[in-house]
Amino acid sequence: MSRIGTKFAALKAEGRGALVTYLQAFDPDRETSLGIIRGLPGAGADLIEVGVPFTDPMADGPAIQRAAQRALKVGATLPGVLALVREFRAGDDATPIILMGYYNPILAYGVDRFCVDAAAAGVDGLIVVDVPPEEADEIEPQAKAAGLDLIRLVAPTTDEARLPRVLAATSGFVYYVSITGITGTRSATAASLEEAIPRIRRHTDLPIAIGFGIRTPQQAGEAARLADGAVVGTALVDTLAASLDEEGRARPETAGLVLEQVRALAAAVRGT
Amino acid sequence: MNKPLPNTYRQGPDSRGRFGPFGGRFVAETLMPLILEVEQAYEAAKRDPAFDAEWRRLLTHYVGRPSPLWFAERLTAHLGGAKVYFKRDELNHTGAHKINAVLGQILLAKRMGKTRIIAETGAGQHGVATATACALFDLPCTVFMGATDVERQQPNVFRMKLLGAEVMPVTSGAATLKDAMNEALRHWVANVQDTYYCIGTVAGPHPYPVMVRDFQSVIGEEAKQQMLAAEGRLPDALVAAIGGGSNAMGLFYPFLDDPEVAMYGVEAAGRGVETEEHAASLTKGRPGVLHGNRTYLLQDADGQITEAHSISAGLDYPGVGPEHSWLHELGRVNYVSATDDEALAAFQLCSKLEGIIPALEPSHALAHVIRMAPTLPRENIVLMNLCGRGDKDIFTVARHLGVEM
Repeated sequence: MSRIGTKFAALKAEGRGALVTYLQAFDPDRETSLGIIRGLPGAGADLIEVGVPFTDPMADGPAIQRAAQRALKVGATLPGVLALVREFRAGDDATPIILMGYYNPILAYGVDRFCVDAAAAGVDGLIVVDVPPEEADEIEPQAKAAGLDLIRLVAPTTDEARLPRVLAATSGFVYYVSITGITGTRSATAASLEEAIPRIRRHTDLPIAIGFGIRTPQQAGEAARLADGAVVGTALVDTLAASLDEEGRARPETAGLVLEQVRALAAAVRGT
Repeated sequence: MNKPLPNTYRQGPDSRGRFGPFGGRFVAETLMPLILEVEQAYEAAKRDPAFDAEWRRLLTHYVGRPSPLWFAERLTAHLGGAKVYFKRDELNHTGAHKINAVLGQILLAKRMGKTRIIAETGAGQHGVATATACALFDLPCTVFMGATDVERQQPNVFRMKLLGAEVMPVTSGAATLKDAMNEALRHWVANVQDTYYCIGTVAGPHPYPVMVRDFQSVIGEEAKQQMLAAEGRLPDALVAAIGGGSNAMGLFYPFLDDPEVAMYGVEAAGRGVETEEHAASLTKGRPGVLHGNRTYLLQDADGQITEAHSISAGLDYPGVGPEHSWLHELGRVNYVSATDDEALAAFQLCSKLEGIIPALEPSHALAHVIRMAPTLPRENIVLMNLCGRGDKDIFTVARHLGVEM
């Protein structure tokens, strides 16, 4: 079983949902970013999403747009992100790593070679935001061949007719985008989630993680109980951004502040 | 022959919205159901004679179509070669070709029951056209415009506001057309229930490239009839400026299967295609995926999109419509470029010789006509799409010429 499958199975046995964290690679610089990623499992992150910086992040709000700009400014590239994952993987063989980003950097790298190299670096899954099931043949065969899970987004706009098609193209887990909107802008109501998650469950046995708009430990705890995991991204990126100096550089406390917030989120997800 | 050539260039796109390998639907899941809804609605509207009749009524009585075909006699004499004709789409209501596709799309939005409209704009022509149609149909309208473009296209910003539209300056990235499109897509994702996104060019996810092309093809269909009436034959060459490429696609499409008609799409070379500052995605870019479609893009080795540059805000875009990418690879259309300086010279020449102040966008097309016409025999005919008028550009041009206004 893949690291993702193993992790969700273990958490199910524990009787709790997963905390999934999202930060952009190289934000605000390579060393700080690697330090944070290395610290995430110890702080309670169960799965790690690593954002691949892109100039035109169509589905992201201002916080993640700025994170991408900071990362690109210090020279982030897709090969650089894979090297970062490789270094993390050298010290952690259990925590799943999911790369989340947009298609064009992968195209520039070469889809075949990318899937092979990503798997070799220790990546477990991919979320390619702008490759919907309609375009799945672009990357699905290569990802499958390399043993990478292709995690797909399900949105509130994904209707009953479309849901089976999206889920059929998904492996690892289902990422439920809880709002119609971009990252970090608003939050879903508990009522809408209580309607949406069972609707997806009727169509799949895959674990479901809820993302977009989860900011507080309380929201994370509720989402992880209702589904199988909660994804927190923008709230962590905001903490990181607020800790930077005037030139956008890390301060000594930057990594610590982000990890402290992860610990609070993890405590809520674990119900402790 | 290694690769069989298609027996028609007018068959695209396929059911996935592909022109050869280009186009497609590369959008986030949240938008996907809506894109499919737009496609279904457009397919139904296309088959509805009442829809076509209403659109054509508006084109005739509101826009002022057909736009004239003008033999530019003084320019022809000055260049001393091929006869130069202008398709005068700058005479349309709102001063550019954009209104053709906007009216079609607004009628579609109403059919779909959408109650508000968003649009992106570069030069402001598409924004003005959209704001105009929204005033006519009493629909609230929000136009996303790069902050840099807001600065250099003040007259159009004021026009949009007069027409009742809300103009949202976009400050992300280089704050130009690409960023305005990103922001419009983000806004659409957050407002999918009641909002229609009226895209201004033949780019974006399927069905936008084909839909905008179909509406803009009215330009080429008219031009074909008018040319036959004026000269008894088709032109030897068509010339049009390319940003996203909607005016060019509209002129070219009805002629694609007429092998005797050569075609030239003119990209903005900015300060020169050998510099970093241009917008020539077909000349200098390579295929990639942005804004919902696969097409030629200006990008670095890592697939990051690079900023375009052009004196013309309407051409300042690092991509191009996917059908152009396909026609480029097939070799059916020749894609060339013209610099800021060449466009400025053409802008002034046209004003003085023909009494027509062209927009900076078609000034790029004219720059190529100025290069090409003298090399052709006098019995040749070159037809250029004069797709916009230059009133909006006089401040920019004055600044470049060092004139205080």
